[in-house]
Amino acid sequence: MTGNEAMAEAAIRAGCRAYFGYPITPQNEILEYMAGHIPAVGGAFIQAESEIAAINMCYGASAAGVRTMTSSSSPGISLKMEGISYLAGADLPCVIINVARGGPGLGNIAPAQGDYFQATKGGGHGDYRMIVLGPATIAEAIELVMLAFDLADKYRVPVMVLSDGMLGQMMEPIMLPEPVDPTLLPAKPWALSGARGRDPNVVTSYFIDPGDLNRINTQRQSRYHQIEENEIRYRETETSDATIIIVAYGAVARIARTVVVMARSQGIKLGLVQPITLWPFPYAPLRALSSQVNTILTVEMSAGQMVEDVRLAVADRAKTPFYGELGGLVPTPKDILREVKRNVS
Amino acid sequence: MATLWTGISMEESFVFAGFGGQGVILTGKLLAQAGADYGLQVTWLPSYGPEMRGGTANCTVILSNEPIGSPVVDNPTALVAMNLPSLDRFEKTVAKAGTILINSSLVARPTERDDVRVLNVPANDIAVSLGNSQAANMVALGAIIKATGIISLELIKSTMVRMLSHKDSANLIAVNQQALEAGYSAL
Repeated sequence: MTGNEAMAEAAIRAGCRAYFGYPITPQNEILEYMAGHIPAVGGAFIQAESEIAAINMCYGASAAGVRTMTSSSSPGISLKMEGISYLAGADLPCVIINVARGGPGLGNIAPAQGDYFQATKGGGHGDYRMIVLGPATIAEAIELVMLAFDLADKYRVPVMVLSDGMLGQMMEPIMLPEPVDPTLLPAKPWALSGARGRDPNVVTSYFIDPGDLNRINTQRQSRYHQIEENEIRYRETETSDATIIIVAYGAVARIARTVVVMARSQGIKLGLVQPITLWPFPYAPLRALSSQVNTILTVEMSAGQMVEDVRLAVADRAKTPFYGELGGLVPTPKDILREVKRNVS
Repeated sequence: MATLWTGISMEESFVFAGFGGQGVILTGKLLAQAGADYGLQVTWLPSYGPEMRGGTANCTVILSNEPIGSPVVDNPTALVAMNLPSLDRFEKTVAKAGTILINSSLVARPTERDDVRVLNVPANDIAVSLGNSQAANMVALGAIIKATGIISLELIKSTMVRMLSHKDSANLIAVNQQALEAGYSAL
Protein backbone atom coordinates (compact mmCIF):
# COMPACT_ATOMS: atom_id res chain seq x y z
CA MET A 1 0.00 0.00 0.00
CA THR A 2 1.34 3.46 -0.86
CA GLY A 3 1.17 6.27 1.70
CA ASN A 4 -1.73 7.79 -0.21
CA GLU A 5 -3.73 4.56 -0.17
CA ALA A 6 -2.93 4.02 3.50
CA MET A 7 -4.21 7.50 4.40
CA ALA A 8 -7.43 6.86 2.46
CA GLU A 9 -7.96 3.51 4.21
CA ALA A 10 -7.25 5.17 7.58
CA ALA A 11 -9.93 7.77 6.85
CA ILE A 12 -12.48 5.05 6.11
CA ARG A 13 -11.49 3.24 9.30
CA ALA A 14 -11.85 6.52 11.22
CA GLY A 15 -15.50 6.59 10.14
CA CYS A 16 -15.24 8.99 7.20
CA ARG A 17 -18.41 8.48 5.16
CA ALA A 18 -18.25 11.39 2.72
CA TYR A 19 -15.20 12.08 0.56
CA PHE A 20 -14.99 14.75 -2.11
CA GLY A 21 -11.93 15.34 -4.27
CA TYR A 22 -10.46 16.46 -7.54
CA PRO A 23 -7.43 14.89 -9.23
CA ILE A 24 -3.93 16.30 -8.86
CA THR A 25 -0.54 14.59 -8.69
CA PRO A 26 0.91 13.36 -6.30
CA GLN A 27 -2.29 12.64 -4.33
CA ASN A 28 -4.40 10.88 -7.00
CA GLU A 29 -4.23 7.50 -5.26
CA ILE A 30 -6.33 8.90 -2.38
CA LEU A 31 -9.13 9.81 -4.78
CA GLU A 32 -8.78 6.49 -6.61
CA TYR A 33 -8.80 4.47 -3.39
CA MET A 34 -11.82 6.31 -2.03
CA ALA A 35 -13.71 5.77 -5.30
CA GLY A 36 -13.06 2.05 -4.98
CA HIS A 37 -13.63 1.56 -1.26
CA ILE A 38 -15.86 4.14 0.45
CA PRO A 39 -19.05 2.99 -1.32
CA ALA A 40 -18.54 -0.49 0.18
CA VAL A 41 -19.05 0.91 3.70
CA GLY A 42 -22.08 2.98 2.67
CA GLY A 43 -20.09 6.18 2.20
CA ALA A 44 -20.39 8.86 -0.48
CA PHE A 45 -17.70 9.52 -3.08
CA ILE A 46 -17.89 12.42 -5.50
CA GLN A 47 -15.23 13.51 -7.93
CA ALA A 48 -16.17 17.17 -7.81
CA GLU A 49 -15.95 19.62 -10.70
CA SER A 50 -13.16 21.51 -8.91
CA GLU A 51 -11.21 21.68 -5.67
CA ILE A 52 -13.43 24.57 -4.56
CA ALA A 53 -16.56 22.51 -5.10
CA ALA A 54 -15.04 19.60 -3.16
CA ILE A 55 -14.26 21.62 -0.02
CA ASN A 56 -17.74 23.17 -0.08
CA MET A 57 -19.29 19.71 -0.40
CA CYS A 58 -17.34 18.90 2.78
CA TYR A 59 -18.99 21.94 4.39
CA GLY A 60 -22.40 20.51 3.57
CA ALA A 61 -21.61 16.97 4.68
CA SER A 62 -20.02 18.20 7.90
CA ALA A 63 -23.02 20.43 8.68
CA ALA A 64 -25.16 17.30 8.34
CA GLY A 65 -23.02 15.63 11.01
CA VAL A 66 -21.02 13.21 8.83
CA ARG A 67 -17.27 12.64 9.17
CA THR A 68 -15.95 14.11 5.93
CA MET A 69 -12.64 14.58 4.14
CA THR A 70 -11.10 16.11 1.05
CA SER A 71 -7.55 15.84 -0.23
CA SER A 72 -5.40 17.61 -2.76
CA SER A 73 -1.87 18.81 -3.40
CA SER A 74 -0.47 22.31 -2.99
CA PRO A 75 -2.06 24.25 -5.92
CA GLY A 76 -5.38 22.56 -5.20
CA ILE A 77 -5.09 23.31 -1.48
CA SER A 78 -4.72 27.00 -2.34
CA LEU A 79 -8.10 26.82 -4.06
CA LYS A 80 -9.63 25.28 -0.92
CA MET A 81 -8.51 28.08 1.38
CA GLU A 82 -11.75 30.06 1.12
CA GLY A 83 -13.71 26.94 2.02
CA ILE A 84 -11.42 26.20 4.98
CA SER A 85 -12.04 29.71 6.33
CA TYR A 86 -15.81 29.13 6.03
CA LEU A 87 -15.53 25.75 7.79
CA ALA A 88 -13.59 27.43 10.61
CA GLY A 89 -16.12 30.28 10.75
CA ALA A 90 -19.04 27.85 10.99
CA ASP A 91 -17.24 25.66 13.59
CA LEU A 92 -17.41 22.64 11.29
CA PRO A 93 -15.13 19.60 11.66
CA CYS A 94 -13.41 18.46 8.47
CA VAL A 95 -10.18 16.66 7.56
CA ILE A 96 -8.04 17.97 4.71
CA ILE A 97 -5.00 16.05 3.43
CA ASN A 98 -2.33 18.02 1.59
CA VAL A 99 0.15 15.79 -0.26
CA ALA A 100 2.40 18.77 -0.83
CA ARG A 101 4.47 19.36 -3.97
CA GLY A 102 6.85 21.98 -5.33
CA GLY A 103 5.59 25.55 -5.64
CA PRO A 104 4.71 28.40 -5.87
CA GLY A 105 2.25 28.39 -8.75
CA LEU A 106 2.04 25.14 -10.65
CA GLY A 107 5.58 24.34 -9.45
CA ASN A 108 6.19 20.65 -9.99
CA ILE A 109 5.05 17.29 -8.65
CA ALA A 110 8.08 16.51 -6.47
CA PRO A 111 7.93 16.45 -2.64
CA ALA A 112 8.17 19.86 -0.92
CA GLN A 113 7.39 21.66 2.34
CA GLY A 114 6.66 25.14 1.05
CA ASP A 115 3.07 25.06 2.33
CA TYR A 116 3.93 25.34 6.04
CA PHE A 117 3.05 29.03 6.30
CA GLN A 118 -0.21 28.50 4.42
CA ALA A 119 -1.21 25.58 6.65
CA THR A 120 -0.14 26.89 10.05
CA LYS A 121 -0.60 30.64 9.73
CA GLY A 122 -3.96 30.63 7.95
CA GLY A 123 -4.11 30.60 4.16
CA GLY A 124 -7.71 31.73 4.33
CA HIS A 125 -9.06 34.99 5.74
CA GLY A 126 -10.16 35.83 9.25
CA ASP A 127 -9.11 35.00 12.80
CA TYR A 128 -9.01 31.24 12.54
CA ARG A 129 -6.64 28.41 13.34
CA MET A 130 -6.38 24.94 11.87
CA ILE A 131 -4.80 21.97 13.60
CA VAL A 132 -1.94 20.77 11.35
CA LEU A 133 -0.41 17.30 11.73
CA GLY A 134 2.86 16.29 10.03
CA PRO A 135 3.48 12.54 9.59
CA ALA A 136 7.01 11.26 8.85
CA THR A 137 6.19 7.62 8.08
CA ILE A 138 3.20 5.78 6.66
CA ALA A 139 2.48 4.30 10.09
CA GLU A 140 2.38 7.84 11.52
CA ALA A 141 0.21 9.00 8.61
CA ILE A 142 -2.40 6.34 9.46
CA GLU A 143 -2.31 7.23 13.15
CA LEU A 144 -2.58 10.96 12.43
CA VAL A 145 -5.44 10.64 9.94
CA MET A 146 -7.38 8.72 12.63
CA LEU A 147 -6.45 11.38 15.20
CA ALA A 148 -7.40 14.19 12.80
CA PHE A 149 -11.02 13.03 12.70
CA ASP A 150 -11.20 12.80 16.50
CA LEU A 151 -9.67 16.26 17.01
CA ALA A 152 -11.86 17.81 14.32
CA ASP A 153 -15.01 16.53 16.04
CA LYS A 154 -13.80 17.27 19.56
CA TYR A 155 -12.97 20.92 18.89
CA ARG A 156 -15.23 21.51 15.85
CA VAL A 157 -12.32 22.70 13.70
CA PRO A 158 -10.85 21.80 10.33
CA VAL A 159 -7.72 19.65 10.69
CA MET A 160 -5.03 19.30 8.03
CA VAL A 161 -2.70 16.35 7.60
CA LEU A 162 0.32 17.97 5.92
CA SER A 163 2.04 15.20 4.00
CA ASP A 164 4.22 15.38 0.91
CA GLY A 165 4.82 13.59 -2.35
CA MET A 166 7.48 11.29 -0.94
CA LEU A 167 5.26 9.93 1.82
CA GLY A 168 2.29 9.74 -0.55
CA GLN A 169 4.10 7.71 -3.21
CA MET A 170 6.33 5.42 -1.14
CA MET A 171 5.48 2.06 0.45
CA GLU A 172 6.47 0.37 3.67
CA PRO A 173 4.85 -2.31 5.85
CA ILE A 174 2.02 -1.09 8.08
CA MET A 175 -0.52 -2.34 10.58
CA LEU A 176 -4.04 -1.04 10.05
CA PRO A 177 -6.07 -0.09 13.13
CA GLU A 178 -9.50 -1.51 13.93
CA PRO A 179 -12.26 0.41 12.14
CA VAL A 180 -14.41 2.88 14.07
CA ASP A 181 -18.17 2.35 13.90
CA PRO A 182 -19.48 5.82 12.95
CA THR A 183 -22.84 5.11 14.59
CA LEU A 184 -21.08 4.81 17.97
CA LEU A 185 -19.31 8.19 17.77
CA PRO A 186 -20.37 11.00 20.13
CA ALA A 187 -23.60 12.73 19.04
CA LYS A 188 -23.44 16.10 17.28
CA PRO A 189 -26.42 18.02 18.71
CA TRP A 190 -25.48 21.06 16.61
CA ALA A 191 -25.77 19.21 13.29
CA LEU A 192 -28.49 19.77 10.69
CA SER A 193 -30.07 16.40 11.20
CA GLY A 194 -33.73 17.35 10.67
CA ALA A 195 -35.53 19.68 13.12
CA ARG A 196 -38.61 17.56 13.73
CA GLY A 197 -39.52 17.91 17.42
CA ARG A 198 -36.81 20.44 18.22
CA ASP A 199 -35.79 24.01 17.43
CA PRO A 200 -33.85 24.34 14.15
CA ASN A 201 -30.05 24.42 14.30
CA VAL A 202 -28.22 27.09 12.34
CA VAL A 203 -24.78 26.50 10.81
CA THR A 204 -23.28 29.70 9.45
CA SER A 205 -20.20 31.88 9.51
CA TYR A 206 -22.27 35.03 8.89
CA PHE A 207 -22.88 37.29 11.93
CA ILE A 208 -23.83 40.79 10.77
CA ASP A 209 -23.84 42.28 14.28
CA PRO A 210 -20.28 43.10 15.43
CA GLY A 211 -21.19 42.25 19.01
CA ASP A 212 -22.38 38.79 17.96
CA LEU A 213 -19.29 38.13 15.86
CA ASN A 214 -17.07 39.37 18.68
CA ARG A 215 -18.71 36.91 21.10
CA ILE A 216 -18.54 33.97 18.64
CA ASN A 217 -14.91 34.69 17.77
CA THR A 218 -13.92 35.05 21.41
CA GLN A 219 -15.50 31.69 22.23
CA ARG A 220 -13.65 30.14 19.30
CA GLN A 221 -10.35 31.63 20.45
CA SER A 222 -10.83 30.03 23.85
CA ARG A 223 -11.22 26.66 22.10
CA TYR A 224 -7.99 27.35 20.20
CA HIS A 225 -6.37 28.05 23.55
CA GLN A 226 -7.58 24.66 24.84
CA ILE A 227 -6.05 23.00 21.77
CA GLU A 228 -2.73 24.70 22.53
CA GLU A 229 -2.97 23.50 26.13
CA ASN A 230 -3.91 19.89 25.39
CA GLU A 231 -2.87 18.76 21.93
CA ILE A 232 0.80 19.56 21.35
CA ARG A 233 2.61 16.48 20.06
CA TYR A 234 6.25 15.98 19.13
CA ARG A 235 8.86 13.25 19.14
CA GLU A 236 12.37 13.48 20.59
CA THR A 237 15.20 11.20 19.47
CA GLU A 238 18.57 11.06 21.30
CA THR A 239 18.16 14.53 22.82
CA SER A 240 19.15 13.79 26.43
CA ASP A 241 22.92 14.26 25.93
CA ALA A 242 22.78 16.18 22.63
CA THR A 243 24.88 19.26 21.96
CA ILE A 244 23.23 19.87 18.60
CA ILE A 245 19.65 19.16 17.62
CA ILE A 246 17.91 18.97 14.27
CA VAL A 247 14.31 20.17 14.09
CA ALA A 248 12.47 18.65 11.12
CA TYR A 249 8.97 17.48 10.31
CA GLY A 250 7.43 15.11 7.77
CA ALA A 251 9.67 13.42 5.20
CA VAL A 252 12.74 15.35 6.36
CA ALA A 253 12.27 14.10 9.93
CA ARG A 254 12.59 10.47 8.87
CA ILE A 255 15.67 11.24 6.77
CA ALA A 256 17.10 13.01 9.82
CA ARG A 257 16.60 9.84 11.92
CA THR A 258 19.21 8.20 9.70
CA VAL A 259 21.45 11.26 10.10
CA VAL A 260 21.29 10.89 13.91
CA VAL A 261 22.60 7.32 13.62
CA MET A 262 25.36 8.39 11.18
CA ALA A 263 26.43 11.36 13.34
CA ARG A 264 26.45 9.35 16.56
CA SER A 265 28.69 6.71 14.91
CA GLN A 266 31.14 9.55 14.23
CA GLY A 267 31.05 10.85 17.80
CA ILE A 268 28.75 13.83 17.17
CA LYS A 269 26.11 14.17 19.89
CA LEU A 270 23.20 14.86 17.57
CA GLY A 271 19.55 14.72 18.61
CA LEU A 272 16.29 15.22 16.72
CA VAL A 273 13.02 16.93 17.55
CA GLN A 274 10.13 16.15 15.20
CA PRO A 275 7.13 18.45 15.69
CA ILE A 276 4.05 16.31 14.98
CA THR A 277 1.51 19.08 15.59
CA LEU A 278 2.75 21.96 13.43
CA TRP A 279 -0.11 23.99 14.87
CA PRO A 280 -0.13 24.05 17.81
CA PHE A 281 3.66 24.19 17.57
CA PRO A 282 5.78 22.67 20.38
CA TYR A 283 7.35 25.95 21.51
CA ALA A 284 7.78 24.97 25.17
CA PRO A 285 9.75 21.71 24.65
CA LEU A 286 12.09 23.46 22.21
CA ARG A 287 12.51 26.35 24.63
CA ALA A 288 13.44 23.85 27.35
CA LEU A 289 16.01 22.10 25.12
CA SER A 290 17.52 25.35 23.89
CA SER A 291 19.44 26.06 27.08
CA GLN A 292 20.97 22.54 27.01
CA VAL A 293 22.40 22.59 23.47
CA ASN A 294 24.65 24.89 21.46
CA THR A 295 22.85 24.66 18.16
CA ILE A 296 19.35 23.92 16.90
CA LEU A 297 19.49 23.28 13.15
CA THR A 298 16.20 23.45 11.28
CA VAL A 299 16.00 21.41 8.07
CA GLU A 300 13.11 21.81 5.63
CA MET A 301 12.27 21.29 1.98
CA SER A 302 11.55 25.03 1.79
CA ALA A 303 13.35 28.37 1.92
CA GLY A 304 12.77 28.49 5.67
CA GLN A 305 9.24 28.53 7.10
CA MET A 306 9.05 26.38 10.26
CA VAL A 307 12.43 27.87 11.23
CA GLU A 308 10.55 31.05 12.18
CA ASP A 309 8.63 29.12 14.83
CA VAL A 310 11.85 27.45 16.00
CA ARG A 311 13.47 30.87 16.40
CA LEU A 312 10.43 32.15 18.31
CA ALA A 313 10.86 29.25 20.73
CA VAL A 314 14.64 29.39 21.04
CA ALA A 315 15.24 33.16 20.90
CA ASP A 316 18.95 33.73 21.57
CA ARG A 317 19.51 30.77 23.90
CA ALA A 318 21.14 28.72 21.11
CA LYS A 319 22.31 29.22 17.54
CA THR A 320 19.47 28.55 15.07
CA PRO A 321 20.93 27.92 11.61
CA PHE A 322 18.75 26.76 8.72
CA TYR A 323 19.30 24.31 5.87
CA GLY A 324 16.72 23.95 3.12
CA GLU A 325 16.34 22.45 -0.33
CA LEU A 326 13.95 24.10 -2.77
CA GLY A 327 11.98 23.16 -5.83
CA GLY A 328 11.12 19.58 -4.94
CA LEU A 329 14.69 18.40 -4.21
CA VAL A 330 14.85 16.01 -1.26
CA PRO A 331 17.92 16.37 0.97
CA THR A 332 19.81 13.08 1.41
CA PRO A 333 21.29 11.88 4.71
CA LYS A 334 24.76 12.97 3.55
CA ASP A 335 23.49 16.47 2.67
CA ILE A 336 22.08 16.92 6.17
CA LEU A 337 25.13 15.39 7.89
CA ARG A 338 27.34 17.88 6.01
CA GLU A 339 25.25 20.75 7.44
CA VAL A 340 25.44 19.24 10.93
CA LYS A 341 29.26 19.04 10.70
CA ARG A 342 29.48 22.59 9.39
CA ASN A 343 27.62 23.76 12.49
CA VAL A 344 29.59 21.61 14.93
CA SER A 345 33.06 22.75 13.90
CA MET B 1 14.16 -8.77 14.98
CA ALA B 2 14.58 -10.78 11.84
CA THR B 3 17.88 -12.10 10.64
CA LEU B 4 18.49 -12.59 6.97
CA TRP B 5 18.22 -16.06 5.52
CA THR B 6 21.99 -16.07 5.30
CA GLY B 7 22.04 -15.34 9.03
CA ILE B 8 23.73 -11.96 8.59
CA SER B 9 22.55 -8.78 10.30
CA MET B 10 22.72 -6.05 7.71
CA GLU B 11 21.06 -3.48 5.51
CA GLU B 12 20.95 -3.63 1.73
CA SER B 13 19.77 -0.80 -0.49
CA PHE B 14 18.85 -1.37 -4.13
CA VAL B 15 18.31 0.97 -7.03
CA PHE B 16 16.43 -0.55 -9.97
CA ALA B 17 16.62 1.69 -13.04
CA GLY B 18 15.67 1.40 -16.68
CA PHE B 19 13.35 2.53 -19.43
CA GLY B 20 9.71 3.00 -18.53
CA GLY B 21 8.07 -0.29 -19.53
CA GLN B 22 11.02 -2.49 -18.53
CA GLY B 23 9.29 -3.22 -15.25
CA VAL B 24 11.79 -1.74 -12.80
CA ILE B 25 9.03 -0.32 -10.57
CA LEU B 26 7.32 -3.74 -10.33
CA THR B 27 10.67 -5.46 -9.75
CA GLY B 28 11.40 -3.20 -6.80
CA LYS B 29 7.90 -3.72 -5.41
CA LEU B 30 8.35 -7.46 -5.63
CA LEU B 31 11.65 -7.37 -3.73
CA ALA B 32 10.16 -5.05 -1.08
CA GLN B 33 7.11 -7.29 -0.65
CA ALA B 34 9.28 -10.39 -0.38
CA GLY B 35 11.39 -8.64 2.26
CA ALA B 36 8.27 -7.71 4.21
CA ASP B 37 6.98 -11.29 3.88
CA TYR B 38 10.27 -12.41 5.37
CA GLY B 39 9.78 -10.11 8.36
CA LEU B 40 12.34 -7.50 7.37
CA GLN B 41 11.91 -3.75 7.58
CA VAL B 42 11.48 -2.41 4.05
CA THR B 43 10.89 0.83 2.17
CA TRP B 44 10.06 1.27 -1.51
CA LEU B 45 10.45 4.74 -3.01
CA PRO B 46 9.63 5.26 -6.70
CA SER B 47 10.62 8.05 -8.99
CA TYR B 48 7.24 9.45 -9.98
CA GLY B 49 7.94 12.17 -12.47
CA PRO B 50 5.85 12.38 -15.63
CA GLU B 51 7.44 9.09 -16.75
CA MET B 52 6.04 7.16 -19.66
CA ARG B 53 6.98 4.21 -21.79
CA GLY B 54 10.38 4.96 -23.28
CA GLY B 55 11.25 7.51 -20.58
CA THR B 56 13.36 6.60 -17.57
CA ALA B 57 12.13 5.15 -14.31
CA ASN B 58 13.75 4.02 -11.10
CA CYS B 59 12.96 2.99 -7.57
CA THR B 60 14.91 2.58 -4.35
CA VAL B 61 14.32 -0.42 -2.10
CA ILE B 62 15.84 -0.84 1.36
CA LEU B 63 15.76 -4.14 3.25
CA SER B 64 16.99 -4.05 6.81
CA ASN B 65 16.61 -5.74 10.14
CA GLU B 66 16.58 -2.34 11.84
CA PRO B 67 13.85 0.32 11.53
CA ILE B 68 14.51 2.40 8.39
CA GLY B 69 14.79 6.16 8.69
CA SER B 70 15.58 7.64 5.31
CA PRO B 71 14.06 5.93 2.27
CA VAL B 72 16.41 8.16 0.25
CA VAL B 73 19.84 6.61 -0.25
CA ASP B 74 23.10 8.38 -1.11
CA ASN B 75 25.05 5.21 -1.88
CA PRO B 76 23.04 2.08 -2.71
CA THR B 77 24.74 -1.25 -2.06
CA ALA B 78 23.29 -2.66 -5.29
CA LEU B 79 22.38 -1.17 -8.65
CA VAL B 80 20.40 -2.94 -11.35
CA ALA B 81 20.98 -0.98 -14.56
CA MET B 82 18.59 -2.19 -17.22
CA ASN B 83 19.78 0.34 -19.82
CA LEU B 84 22.70 2.67 -20.56
CA PRO B 85 21.20 5.94 -19.19
CA SER B 86 20.65 4.14 -15.87
CA LEU B 87 24.27 3.02 -15.69
CA ASP B 88 25.44 6.52 -16.63
CA ARG B 89 23.30 8.10 -13.94
CA PHE B 90 23.79 5.75 -10.97
CA GLU B 91 27.17 4.06 -11.55
CA LYS B 92 29.11 6.61 -9.48
CA THR B 93 26.70 6.45 -6.56
CA VAL B 94 27.10 2.74 -5.75
CA ALA B 95 28.78 2.07 -2.40
CA LYS B 96 32.32 0.71 -2.40
CA ALA B 97 32.31 -3.09 -2.47
CA GLY B 98 28.70 -2.88 -3.65
CA THR B 99 27.24 -4.65 -6.67
CA ILE B 100 26.38 -3.36 -10.13
CA LEU B 101 24.25 -5.61 -12.30
CA ILE B 102 24.39 -4.56 -15.93
CA ASN B 103 21.82 -5.75 -18.42
CA SER B 104 24.49 -6.59 -21.00
CA SER B 105 21.86 -7.27 -23.68
CA LEU B 106 21.28 -3.52 -23.94
CA VAL B 107 24.36 -1.94 -22.37
CA ALA B 108 27.48 -2.20 -24.51
CA ARG B 109 30.01 -0.45 -22.33
CA PRO B 110 31.72 -1.87 -19.24
CA THR B 111 31.58 -0.05 -15.93
CA GLU B 112 34.28 2.46 -15.02
CA ARG B 113 34.32 1.31 -11.38
CA ASP B 114 37.00 -1.06 -10.13
CA ASP B 115 35.94 -1.05 -6.48
CA VAL B 116 32.60 -2.81 -6.90
CA ARG B 117 31.48 -6.25 -7.97
CA VAL B 118 30.20 -6.14 -11.55
CA LEU B 119 27.76 -8.69 -12.93
CA ASN B 120 27.06 -8.72 -16.64
CA VAL B 121 23.77 -10.50 -17.20
CA PRO B 122 22.21 -10.58 -20.70
CA ALA B 123 18.74 -10.24 -19.20
CA ASN B 124 16.87 -9.57 -22.44
CA ASP B 125 18.60 -12.41 -24.32
CA ILE B 126 17.80 -14.84 -21.53
CA ALA B 127 14.19 -13.64 -21.42
CA VAL B 128 13.85 -13.99 -25.20
CA SER B 129 15.18 -17.53 -24.97
CA LEU B 130 12.35 -18.22 -22.53
CA GLY B 131 9.86 -16.83 -25.01
CA ASN B 132 9.07 -13.42 -23.45
CA SER B 133 11.44 -10.45 -23.70
CA GLN B 134 9.29 -8.59 -21.16
CA ALA B 135 10.53 -10.93 -18.43
CA ALA B 136 14.04 -9.41 -18.54
CA ASN B 137 13.31 -7.60 -15.25
CA MET B 138 12.67 -10.93 -13.51
CA VAL B 139 15.92 -12.36 -14.90
CA ALA B 140 17.76 -9.39 -13.39
CA LEU B 141 15.90 -9.78 -10.08
CA GLY B 142 16.77 -13.48 -9.91
CA ALA B 143 20.42 -12.64 -10.47
CA ILE B 144 20.61 -9.79 -7.94
CA ILE B 145 19.01 -11.76 -5.12
CA LYS B 146 21.56 -14.51 -5.66
CA ALA B 147 24.43 -11.99 -5.76
CA THR B 148 23.33 -10.22 -2.57
CA GLY B 149 22.02 -13.30 -0.79
CA ILE B 150 19.34 -11.24 0.89
CA ILE B 151 16.21 -13.17 -0.16
CA SER B 152 15.89 -16.79 -1.18
CA LEU B 153 14.75 -17.79 -4.66
CA GLU B 154 11.81 -19.73 -3.23
CA LEU B 155 10.55 -16.71 -1.30
CA ILE B 156 10.77 -14.31 -4.22
CA LYS B 157 8.95 -16.86 -6.42
CA SER B 158 6.11 -17.33 -3.99
CA THR B 159 5.77 -13.56 -3.47
CA MET B 160 5.67 -13.04 -7.25
CA VAL B 161 2.95 -15.68 -7.66
CA ARG B 162 0.85 -13.92 -5.02
CA MET B 163 1.43 -10.42 -6.42
CA LEU B 164 0.60 -11.38 -9.99
CA SER B 165 -2.24 -13.79 -9.22
CA HIS B 166 -4.89 -11.11 -9.88
CA LYS B 167 -3.61 -10.92 -13.45
CA ASP B 168 -5.33 -14.27 -13.96
CA SER B 169 -2.70 -15.68 -16.25
CA ALA B 170 -0.99 -18.95 -15.42
CA ASN B 171 1.24 -18.44 -18.44
CA LEU B 172 2.44 -15.06 -17.22
CA ILE B 173 3.32 -16.50 -13.83
CA ALA B 174 5.11 -19.48 -15.39
CA VAL B 175 7.26 -17.24 -17.62
CA ASN B 176 8.17 -15.01 -14.70
CA GLN B 177 9.01 -18.01 -12.56
CA GLN B 178 11.30 -19.39 -15.27
CA ALA B 179 12.87 -15.96 -15.67
CA LEU B 180 13.63 -15.68 -11.96
CA GLU B 181 15.18 -19.15 -12.01
CA ALA B 182 17.19 -18.43 -15.16
CA GLY B 183 18.54 -15.19 -13.65
CA TYR B 184 19.41 -16.99 -10.44
CA SER B 185 21.31 -19.65 -12.38
CA ALA B 186 23.02 -17.15 -14.68
CA LEU B 187 25.65 -16.28 -12.07
